[in-house]
Amino acid sequence: MPIDWFPLWLSLRVAFLSTAVALALGLWLAYVLANREFRGKEVLDAVITLPLVLPPTVLGYYLLVVIGRTSLFGRAWEGVFGSPLVFTWKAAVIAALLHSLPLLVKSARAALESVDHSYERAARTLGASEWRLFWKVTLPLAQRSIFAAVALAFARSLGDFGVTLMVAGSIPGSTQTVAVAIYEAVESGNTAVARTLVLVISAAALIILALAKRLEPRQS
Amino acid sequence: MMQVRLKKAFPARPDSAAFALDLEFETQSGVTVLFGPSGSGKTLTLDLIAGFLHSDEGRILLDDQILYDGASNVHLVPQDRNCGYVFQNYALFPHMTLRENLAFAAERRPRLDRHRHVNEMLEQFHLADAAGRKPHQVSGGQRQRCSIARALIGGPKLLLLDEPAQGLDAPLRAELYETLRQVRQKFEIPVLLVTHDLDECFELGDEMLVLRDGKIVQSGTPHSVLDQPANIDVAKLLGRFNLLPAEIKILDPGRNTSKILLGQFELEGPYFKGHLKGDRVTLCVRPEQLTAVPRESRLTPNQIHAVLERVTERPNSMRLEFAGNIAVDMPRAVWEQVHETKEWSIEFPTDTLRVV
Repeated sequence: MPIDWFPLWLSLRVAFLSTAVALALGLWLAYVLANREFRGKEVLDAVITLPLVLPPTVLGYYLLVVIGRTSLFGRAWEGVFGSPLVFTWKAAVIAALLHSLPLLVKSARAALESVDHSYERAARTLGASEWRLFWKVTLPLAQRSIFAAVALAFARSLGDFGVTLMVAGSIPGSTQTVAVAIYEAVESGNTAVARTLVLVISAAALIILALAKRLEPRQS
Repeated sequence: MMQVRLKKAFPARPDSAAFALDLEFETQSGVTVLFGPSGSGKTLTLDLIAGFLHSDEGRILLDDQILYDGASNVHLVPQDRNCGYVFQNYALFPHMTLRENLAFAAERRPRLDRHRHVNEMLEQFHLADAAGRKPHQVSGGQRQRCSIARALIGGPKLLLLDEPAQGLDAPLRAELYETLRQVRQKFEIPVLLVTHDLDECFELGDEMLVLRDGKIVQSGTPHSVLDQPANIDVAKLLGRFNLLPAEIKILDPGRNTSKILLGQFELEGPYFKGHLKGDRVTLCVRPEQLTAVPRESRLTPNQIHAVLERVTERPNSMRLEFAGNIAVDMPRAVWEQVHETKEWSIEFPTDTLRVV
């Protein structure tokens, strides 16, 4: 039986997009958490971390409440784009984002905070705006750790199962990601398909982990 | 010209005692040294002037610009203060070449000027050859010069240096002093330098402020501070004195003389302003000001008998330590001639005697 490679491509696309969004959003959140003092900072930190510890079904349930067709956001989305958000591959991106964002925020915050403050102080006395200081000094000095976090976040969003199943479903050729496809293949006795996809995903994850390891800052 | 008045209190914490900084000073162009032991508030003062921290109250005026004024709630961010800061670890951006480090700092200059300015500074600080290398690829001296050049390239109105010679070996230290002397000549801005090395105060300082527990306990030229410490704490801080308990017997302002009793011996000193007859004081005299001589049958004036306990070698002299905590420095050549002496006298020259 020929293997349908669509789930793999879909998973790669979903992981790529969710990682990109997580990077943009995560860097901003990490910057705010690392540099600003405000009330509720630790609460925000806890909320961002929550997806790492909650069961996928709980996350999926929350997501359905927030982006489901009857929710405020869901109706607004349908009003603008003419079709619902849930049970599309876009919902799978949001599901993956729930996993990649906490990883990225945590690692990026730690990376930004680990940059020696004297560099930032020096940049300030030299007249650099906070914006320039961030892009030209802090970020380049933290970038290896952040790239490593990006690789991990990518690997994590490649493999999401539970949340994706709940908000995007398992529509072959449309929303069936590779993790879901493996489950379906095992359920229906397609062990050859399952085995191939398992091997491909494992290899991809190994390569990404090796890459992340190499990106981690060397101890000097 | 800079006027500084600062107050900042830190309450006691489980891991640190309470600390309060409260100081006021004024500097002209030239190098002002903040001298004091660690924990006296030297670096804190620099950080408050640079704007890294908020003061509780006070005012910082640099030329005609108010950098900070507690009363009217003016607190310029470090970016707007125009203070060059040389950090203890230099804080050169490790991911940039030396040239890029300077260019980063030159953004304050007009766009067309920048390139020329960077090149000029590279020349002036002998960095042209290393300009394309990153900080970890160049020598310690080059790093040091680059950090000073970087702090100066934006045309600051004040230069702050936080223990720049800390941890440097002697040749690098000499190189640093030479660089800073040139900076003092070419850039006519006030320089504020933090150190706990008295030799450095003399190498570089036009003025010196002695800090202790967050307060200025003495100020003046390094020479004047060493010549007459304000009190026993300053004398201990400077660490160059024999501090000997004594009593004032006679004070004669008319002849500008005094007599003080050191143990059983009477010494003649200059008139001590601000002291009274009978005061118990501490005689404060440096080892190199004293002379040790083989004892003769009769003591000449201002000599005391002393028992030699220990001799140690120093780079430029021998240090003779006598009973009663009196140290005397003696040139090596002299020591060679008298080293077999058993009984000693120490001579206290009248005009070198100070009391605190």
